Amino acid sequence: MAEGQEKAAPRTDKGLMGVVNWVDDRFPLMETWNYHMARYWAPKNFNFWYYFGVLSMVVLVIQLVTGLWLTMNYVPSGEGAFASVEYIMRDVEYGWLLRYLHSTGASAFFVVVYLHMFRGMMYGSYRKPRELLWLIGMAIFIALMAEGFFGYLLPWGNMSYWGAQVIVSLVGAIPVIGPDLMEWVRGDFLMSGITLNRFFALHVIALPLVLVMLVFVHIVALHHVGSNNPDGVEIKKNKDANGIPVDGIPFHPYYTIGHDLPAIVMFLILFCLVVFYAPEMGGYFLEKPNFEMADPLKTPDHIAPVWYYTPFYAMLRAATYPLFGIPAKFWGFVVMAGAIAVPAVLPWLDRSPVKSIRYKGMISKAMLGLFVICFFILGYLGTIAPSPEATLLAQICTAIYFAYFVLMPWYTRVEKTKPVPDRVTT
Amino acid sequence: MSSSESATGGTNSEPQPSSIETTGFNKQRRYFLIGASAAVGGVGIGFAAVPFVASWSPSAKARALGAPVTLDISKLRPGEMLGPTPAWRGQPIFVVNRQPDALERLEAPNDDLADPDSDNGEMQPEYAKNPWRSKRPEIGVYIGLCTHLGCSPKPFFAVEPEPFDANWQGGFFCPCHGSRFDMAGRVVKGVPAPDNLPVPPYRFVSDTVLIIGEDEGSA
Repeated sequence: MAEGQEKAAPRTDKGLMGVVNWVDDRFPLMETWNYHMARYWAPKNFNFWYYFGVLSMVVLVIQLVTGLWLTMNYVPSGEGAFASVEYIMRDVEYGWLLRYLHSTGASAFFVVVYLHMFRGMMYGSYRKPRELLWLIGMAIFIALMAEGFFGYLLPWGNMSYWGAQVIVSLVGAIPVIGPDLMEWVRGDFLMSGITLNRFFALHVIALPLVLVMLVFVHIVALHHVGSNNPDGVEIKKNKDANGIPVDGIPFHPYYTIGHDLPAIVMFLILFCLVVFYAPEMGGYFLEKPNFEMADPLKTPDHIAPVWYYTPFYAMLRAATYPLFGIPAKFWGFVVMAGAIAVPAVLPWLDRSPVKSIRYKGMISKAMLGLFVICFFILGYLGTIAPSPEATLLAQICTAIYFAYFVLMPWYTRVEKTKPVPDRVTT
Repeated sequence: MSSSESATGGTNSEPQPSSIETTGFNKQRRYFLIGASAAVGGVGIGFAAVPFVASWSPSAKARALGAPVTLDISKLRPGEMLGPTPAWRGQPIFVVNRQPDALERLEAPNDDLADPDSDNGEMQPEYAKNPWRSKRPEIGVYIGLCTHLGCSPKPFFAVEPEPFDANWQGGFFCPCHGSRFDMAGRVVKGVPAPDNLPVPPYRFVSDTVLIIGEDEGSA
């Protein structure tokens, strides 16, 4: 510990400190604690938008624990899955609560992750030296979408079934290899218990492991480069005689107890209100056709994914023209995959001399505003049945969504920015 | 200085206290070993991946369940549809009985269809490449999965204005993304579905018994 030398207390072998010292001789306990918590210097000007990283971790823990408990009564088979979910809801002690915590947790996960990502876009948190941190975050986002998709099939309701059928059919749109690849993914000639079984394995083992590892790497990368802040000022450029950033405060206890803990309590209150009073959220968190068992012969009248996929689903449907002799559905797949992946290149698209939206020019602010509006409109359009007007609106919004990214190298360079202060503002 | 010299060392020289990195090493030999290990290891990983990848393919049980099935169509009434019957490979099979007026409309030239002459050979066996896309004009057999994203279209056989088409001539409508097909499963232009509904291989055992999943050639 080069920075912040303090007078060493006489070493003791007694009491709690004795235990800590014993461990410290064998494992870098205090060193790790100090590096990540007590001597991790976080900018002192964090605001509301800095709650959603820690809240994502809270939801991750909720999902891991409730998910583990659900597997204790869930039966991953085409014959037993739907009945076992009903069994959990009706006969298992507190099974309804475990399931509602898990299903609400899925939606909550996307709420906090979308807000967390928006924070990064607003304050330029993806800019140098945080490009890799941003890429790891994008990997988490994509893994999370896959996790949600695999999990949604497991209740084996009719919407689970046909929703997965539609998305797996997208694979079949890939030229040449598509149909065979689709059969390989399903392990059958159509969605069946075989598909359910492998989705279960991916949902409860493969992707949770990947997610936890990625979150760990995300935090390691964050603590290596240090947190950004609403001003986009690098606090490490301005250190005192002890090498401590003058605008930094120890993450623990200032942010753990003073900032995050009240936020977690507030979040859990809101979360429980949904779990206890509106777990279905009017059909948005748990869709109505899913209360009917999967029927390979009967498609629900209207197929819509869960709300957190609807912006991308609307973009998928917005592609209606075949190009180069390849059907429109393949281009829909390309548009959707592109929309999900394109934020990954933000660090190289943003050429602004400033990081934070606070000091960017009018075009950046307008584009970010339009981007958010379009994202919400697309999210709504993805829930409704297609019509010519809705498709046109979705096409316009898709164009603006991509324009935000594609035009960024241009508009971040030409606009006039405000001067950035040397120190963070409060 | 060549690395082999230092590796053997002089007879009078003291052993150097420094690490193996500074005393030198046979660079070529090291790179060869790394390269060879990577190549052999890569091939090994490739072979080791085979069972993991192959285990995702349809199992023997799934393939057995996909065997040809026999279907009794004696209850199929004129102008109606039998199904969706979970007939073949678990996929919904539509068996349609078409009356002379419907056949007349199928035979008339139609500019609204994307593939009126069934030119895409993958969507039907050779014997179904005709205006009715079937062996016997009145009996049509189709796999009831939309060629867009695999939803199951619904039958709307009456010739009357529908919310999705004011000039509806009877056929199938997919509720998911609005694709439309005529009474022979031919897709209408300008809808998301790119192809006609597939025709499975099938043959007649008698006037009322069908085998779906094989035809005369494969029997």
